[in-house]
Amino acid sequence: MRLTAENLSIRRGNRLVIDGLSFAADSGEVLLLTGPNGAGKTTLLRAIAGFLPLESGNTTLHGGDTEREIGEQSHYVGHANGIKSSLTAAENLEFWCAYLGGSATRTHRRDRVYGALDRLRLAALEDIPAAYLSAGQKRRLGLGRLLVADRPLWLLDEPTVSLDAASVALLAGIVEEHLSGGGLVLAATHIPLGLGSARELRLGGSPAASPGPSDSMIMEETGFNTGLPSVDQSRQGQEK
Amino acid sequence: MAMSPFFTLLRRDITLALREGGAIGTALGFYLIVIAMLPLGLGPDLNLLSRIAPGLLWIALLLSALLSLGRMFETDHEDGSLELLAIGGTPLELVAAAKALAHWLTTGIPLALLAPLLGILLNLDLSAYGVLVLTMLVGTPAISFLGAIGAALTLRARRGGLLLALLILPLYVPTLIYGIQAISGALLAGQSFWPSFLILAALSLGSLVLGPLAAAAALRIQLQ
Amino acid sequence: MTNQSITQKLANPTRFMSLSGAILPWLAGLAVAVIVFGLYRGWTAPPDYQQGETIRIMYIHVPAAWLAMLGYALVAISSFGLLVFRHPLADVSAKAAAPIGAAFTLLALVTGSLWGKPMWGTYWVWDARLTSVLMLFFLYLGLMALRSSIEEETLAAKLTAVLALVGVIILPFIKISVEGLSVPWLGLEIPAWNTLHQPSSVFRSDGPKIHASQLYPLLYCALGFTLLFFALHMKGMRNEILRRRVKALRIAEVDRARAAEAAAPAE
Repeated sequence: MRLTAENLSIRRGNRLVIDGLSFAADSGEVLLLTGPNGAGKTTLLRAIAGFLPLESGNTTLHGGDTEREIGEQSHYVGHANGIKSSLTAAENLEFWCAYLGGSATRTHRRDRVYGALDRLRLAALEDIPAAYLSAGQKRRLGLGRLLVADRPLWLLDEPTVSLDAASVALLAGIVEEHLSGGGLVLAATHIPLGLGSARELRLGGSPAASPGPSDSMIMEETGFNTGLPSVDQSRQGQEK
Repeated sequence: MAMSPFFTLLRRDITLALREGGAIGTALGFYLIVIAMLPLGLGPDLNLLSRIAPGLLWIALLLSALLSLGRMFETDHEDGSLELLAIGGTPLELVAAAKALAHWLTTGIPLALLAPLLGILLNLDLSAYGVLVLTMLVGTPAISFLGAIGAALTLRARRGGLLLALLILPLYVPTLIYGIQAISGALLAGQSFWPSFLILAALSLGSLVLGPLAAAAALRIQLQ
Repeated sequence: MTNQSITQKLANPTRFMSLSGAILPWLAGLAVAVIVFGLYRGWTAPPDYQQGETIRIMYIHVPAAWLAMLGYALVAISSFGLLVFRHPLADVSAKAAAPIGAAFTLLALVTGSLWGKPMWGTYWVWDARLTSVLMLFFLYLGLMALRSSIEEETLAAKLTAVLALVGVIILPFIKISVEGLSVPWLGLEIPAWNTLHQPSSVFRSDGPKIHASQLYPLLYCALGFTLLFFALHMKGMRNEILRRRVKALRIAEVDRARAAEAAAPAE
């Protein structure tokens, strides 16, 4: 399986955050997205998941299910955990397992859920409503989604937030396992996951974003090309 | 025994509604207090109250159901569940339909069942109770499913709750009119129950289609 | 920009601005001239044998009621254009049409209420047609309120368009439920919720039920107010385009300043 992105441009509000980015990642590989804040790491992950429309370019998951969107073949871990505080830890995972089609039978589902809770060191808290969990425990519970349903592509946006060192190591182990099973991981993170094989994709390092307003920016903001006299003219006006 | 994502989500939303309880309790409490306030404003004339009782019960029910509509997608949006539901492989239309159905089961039905009890306070004709509950059970799906549109549209709006009422109440006019017409059709001589009742049912069926379609369109725009 | 279709060319805002700039003064002038002529004819027409002088309210009330519906249709068509064809001017058109349509709806309600006083003895009656116009007014209010309460403009535009399309689907149901429906050849007869209103006397299958001395002034007024509607709509669209240009320029200014800041330490 191979994820390719060709000539991606993605816009956030009125700025072109990603401009002409191309990359590829293969099965068993983790691609670490790095770069300063605002470099477009979250934007890129959300665009691959299908939340944001692409300005130009395309993404393809070769060897994936051609009938389904890339987002439907992905686990997306964002800033929010997708955890319901009045459901217990086990119920939360059971819901995602069933909703995401993690397994067909109820007993198998329970096995997967309890296996995941065990793995995430949450087994003792299975019957506790998620409201009582600490931030780190909630985060781990949110990551449990990765274990209860199979998705070839994992899109992880700062997955280590509120995790302690031991939990980061735990996550690294889970990621390694996914990779060795032929999975693919894109992760945006400040903290290195401690993964040996990680390749790095640095975003926003070069000032790719052109300083002046592009025509397309004006189009987005206004819904169309305004037919401005021309931005260059106004820029010259300023230089006088 | 594979449960489809639709029923999984439906079950989760019902569980949440029952466990958190607040929304149902608030809606029922609001319904009770509005009905109890009306005679204080209109005067205790039982003949007057019994004559206008079906209308009062319907309008108060609409307002009570509105209270909890705003939360339909809000909590899932806040905790990140909504985007996970959206890319989970289930069409967003089905997600919206499951959530609207859960709202009807946990709010529409309890309110409809409370209505005859409140009818006592308004001296509603005893023979009207069956018809009242029947028309409300048939009419309230439109409240939840059209309400889903409003809930989705106002997800990221300022003053969402008030705005929701402004957007959605006019859409309830047909349901309100035929709901009340059906009841008076059954009670008054020379009027018929079935035509209004069937139109009411048709409106609800139509809203089952329109609601999820429009709500999903609105959600998709906002997940960007 | 070479393979533009004709609609795309017409959609070009620059082209729209120059075209509308040329048309607008003539359109506005014509609208005023026709309205003045129509109102003059209405003023000098003989009073109604039943309603006396109050019939003259009709020359404003009826065109306003027509334009209330035309305005919503325009909003709905523009919204469809935005959501389905992503037509560049569609949202500008929808946004400009809503307040104008709402204003004509309000005008229809106010004139209807003024007409109602001598006719029914009270300013407001829950007459079916008046009620359904009131509901139309609420739909307009909803559109404007939704747009104004979402900060991000492209988001607000699309969501408002969804609401407008939902409204246009439900509007016939609201109208039928309030005003009733009668389709004799289908044997369909849905009673009105309540009616005191005189039935429409212009659009009838058996020909207009209105005397020629009243019909012609009414038609002139309708034409004049329709021209006025489109003149206002065009002006509103021009204002909106200018507003967006100003906004784009301001954002460009901010970006330029930021780029200058970023470049400064390197020098």
